[in-house]
Formats: sequence, structure tokens, C-alpha cells
Amino acid sequence: MDLLFEFLATLKNTVVDVLPILSIILGFQLLVIRKPIPHIKQVGFGFIYVLIGLALFLLGLEKALFPLGKMMAEQLTAPEFIHAGEQVLTSIHWSDYKWVYVFAAAIGFSTTIAEPSLIAVAIKAEEVSGGAINANSLRISVAIGVAIGIAVGSYRIVAGHPIHYYIITGYVVVVIQTFYCPKLIVPLAYDSGGVTTSTVTVPLVAALGLGLASTIPGRSPLIDGFGLIAFASLFPIIAVMAYAQLTEAKAHRAEQKLDKRNKIKEKKRNLNRNNKAP
Amino acid sequence: MNHQFLVFLKALLGSCKDLLPIILVIAFFQFAVLQQPMPNIGDILVGLALVVLGLTFFIYGLEMGLFPIGESMAQAFAKKGSISWLLTFAFCLGFGTTVAEPSLIAVAKEAAIVAASGGIISDTLESQLSYANGLRFTVAFAVGFAIVIGVLRIIRGWPIQYLILGGYVVVVLMTLLAPSWIIGIAYDSGGVTTSTITVPLVTALGVGLASAIKGRNPMIDGFGLIAFASLTPMIFVMIYGMVIS
Repeated sequence: MDLLFEFLATLKNTVVDVLPILSIILGFQLLVIRKPIPHIKQVGFGFIYVLIGLALFLLGLEKALFPLGKMMAEQLTAPEFIHAGEQVLTSIHWSDYKWVYVFAAAIGFSTTIAEPSLIAVAIKAEEVSGGAINANSLRISVAIGVAIGIAVGSYRIVAGHPIHYYIITGYVVVVIQTFYCPKLIVPLAYDSGGVTTSTVTVPLVAALGLGLASTIPGRSPLIDGFGLIAFASLFPIIAVMAYAQLTEAKAHRAEQKLDKRNKIKEKKRNLNRNNKAP
Repeated sequence: MNHQFLVFLKALLGSCKDLLPIILVIAFFQFAVLQQPMPNIGDILVGLALVVLGLTFFIYGLEMGLFPIGESMAQAFAKKGSISWLLTFAFCLGFGTTVAEPSLIAVAKEAAIVAASGGIISDTLESQLSYANGLRFTVAFAVGFAIVIGVLRIIRGWPIQYLILGGYVVVVLMTLLAPSWIIGIAYDSGGVTTSTITVPLVTALGVGLASAIKGRNPMIDGFGLIAFASLTPMIFVMIYGMVIS
């Protein structure tokens, strides 16, 4: 019974969040476009499903994943865990935090796989590209990007380096890749940077960053705590372009192989013909 | 009916697969690394069931409602041929969906508390609130602006890389000029802006526009709106930081 009330409260919040979008759509549809929405019944039901789905999803996260994930982030960054059995050292070493990096990468990968907006974009990309882009491969490459991004971001917080060196280096890599990777993937790759970080990833990752920055001596949550999300939105761009480059290289190699085989076949055929001719 | 049920069941199975990595990661860290028992396991199982069910409903409704409405509106605007109305719609969509975005409100509040304890703004509730609201409206305005630029790009067929790379150059330059306490927040604000409902809607809008306009390729021109929406907030928030200090 409690659960039902909680669900209704979450549903109400979701509806309130969606109201601005809904009023903009309806306003423009009625006042500017002035045509009835095609398949209005189906679209209406779709909207209701989305709302119910989102409310259930958020409630479930709130109940199961967030408390657990946040608690783990705190425990893993706590000095008692890092320096178990030792006396608290005056200086910290980045390798003391190895489990933090592993956790960061693992949680980054797994939350990205479950990210609803990434699923949406991946479905659309597969549909638009006529299946040339596989939705699951796209999601896995984005998730690998997020995993690397958050692990590197946690290392940066531990090491205390300024964030912009990393981000600017990342930009340079993106620029170079943009010129060498297939043109078709570029807009999608840029998009996947923004898509990765929403409902599931942000709260967990923010908890990890703030936990790290507030437990490591000499770090301020103001300067070091934020910034993990920026890493999580930069590295997927690199990962998706790399995925496209790899696929292209593979296709290219397969084509070359086929070419070679065809040429050999043709040579044989010519030889046979020449032998027959006299 | 039977067929519909089968589709739903298949979607449910897909959602379970999507969630499996999280469960494995949490279980591994809880038992193997931290070596602690799972706290209140009943709650967690109920929560996981809700997440799976929610994800299934969401994806189901996505293809029924959100994608079609985004595309049909894009086509209607393209047929109408009024660029100014289309751009107004683009701005409203970007601004309206971001200003009420819960994760942005949460991050802005957090940033205000941190800024107050860091002595950037005075430590009263009032100044914190005005700082958080300023941050929110800056980001919302930036996203509205971004969608406008992105839609213009689709109409005109500008190549995306020059715009985005130009934006990166601006971000880098701004980083050198902006006060250091705003940089982390600014970089993060690019990522939080795009919510779960906005992304499918905006993607469908872009793809719909690109397929309705002659000479545009939905793959090359249709995607990219979200990329703008995660770039401009960084620039605008850094400007906000410079103005405030």
C-alpha cells in the first residue's frame, strides 16, 4: 500500500516535470500548426506509457540503486577502507585508490547500458541508418567511453590535476578523429556525448565525485567534486568515433580480401580461356 | 491481444538484460570488495522489479508516442514553411524542458551551497537562491539557443563539425578567462541538461526535419541537436561566472 502511494507521488512529480513540454507541444500544435495530431489516440497512449514507465523507473532507482550506489561510493572513498590496517598517511598515493577507479569504470559502464535516453537514440540511429548502425554496438561503445571517462575523472580528482588540461586534450583528440572517421557517424558521435548522462548516471557519479573530493585531504568539493560528468560526456564521443573507424577498417580489409580473391578467380578464368583458345 | 502481450514480454526481457550489468557490479563490490552483506534485500528486489517494469513501459511508449509526435511536428513545420515559427518552437522546446529539469535544479542547488561555503557568494539563503536560479536560467537559455542553432543548421545544411569545433575553441578560450571555481560546474552543466523525455523528442524532431527537407540526409543532418545542447551551457555558465565575480 505504501508502495502505491509512493508510486502515485512519483507519478505526480513526473507529470509536473513533463507539463512544460506537453504545453509547448499542444500550444504549437493547436495555435501554429492548426492541424489535428495524426493517430492521436495512439500517441496519447504512448505518452501515458512513457510517464508511467518513467515514474516506475525513478521510484525503483530511488528504492534500490541510488542508496546502495551512493553508500558504496562513500565506503570506497572512506579513509578507513583506503588505508585499512595502516596508519593514516600524511601523503596520499594515487594507487591507493585502485578500487575506486575499478568501481568508477564498472558503474559508468553498467549505468550507461541502462540509460533510457541512450536507448532511445540508439533505436533511432539503427532505424535511420537502415541497420548499418547496430543499436547494441552503439550502446556498448558509448558505455565503454563513459567507463574510461569516469575512471580517468576519478584519477584526476585523486591526483588533483586541473580539469581543463584533460578536457582540452580530449577535445584535441575529438578534432583529429573528426577528420579521419566516416562522415556519417560524426553527428551521432557528438550527440552521444550529451545523451549518456541523465537519470541513472548523474546521481551516482555526482555522489562518487563529491565523496572523493571531500575525503581526500587537500581537495575542495567546489573545484574538484564537479567535473566527472564532463568526463562522462567527452569520452563517449571518442569511443563512438573509434568504433566507426574500427568497423570501417574491418569492412575495408574484407573488401580488399574479396577483391584479391576475385582477381585470382579472374586470372584463373583467363588462363583457362587462353588454354582453351588454341 | 496475444501478439501484443508477446511484444511486451520480449521488451521486458530486454530490460532485464539492460539491468544485469548494474546488478553484477553492485553485487561484486558489495560481496567481494567491501565484504558486507546486502542491506534490506527485500527493498532492493522490489526496486529492481520497478526499474525493469519502468524501462519496459518507457521504451514501449517511446515508439508509440514520443517519436511519432516529434516527427509529425517536424514535418508539419517543414510543410508550413515558416522558419520563424519553427525557430520559436525550437527555442521554447529547449528552454521549457530545461528550466524545469529536476537534475538541473538539484545541481544548481548543490552548486549554490558549495559556492556559499567557498565564500563566492554571501552565506544567506536568499543569495543562494538567486545564484541557483541564475544558474538555472542561464543553462535553460543556453539550451534554447542551442536548439535554435541546431535547427538552423539542419535547414541550411551546414556541416556540424565546424560549428562544434568552433564551440570547443570558444570553451577553451573561456576557460582561460573564467574564474576557476565556475569551471567544474560549467563543464558539468553541459551533461545534465538533456533529460530522458527531451532527448527522444529532440532526436525525433531533428530526424523528422532532415527527412522532410529535400537534399538533407537524416543520418548526417538529423542528429547533432543534443550535441549543441550540451556545448552551449558550458559557454554560457562560464560567462555567468565572469559576470558574478
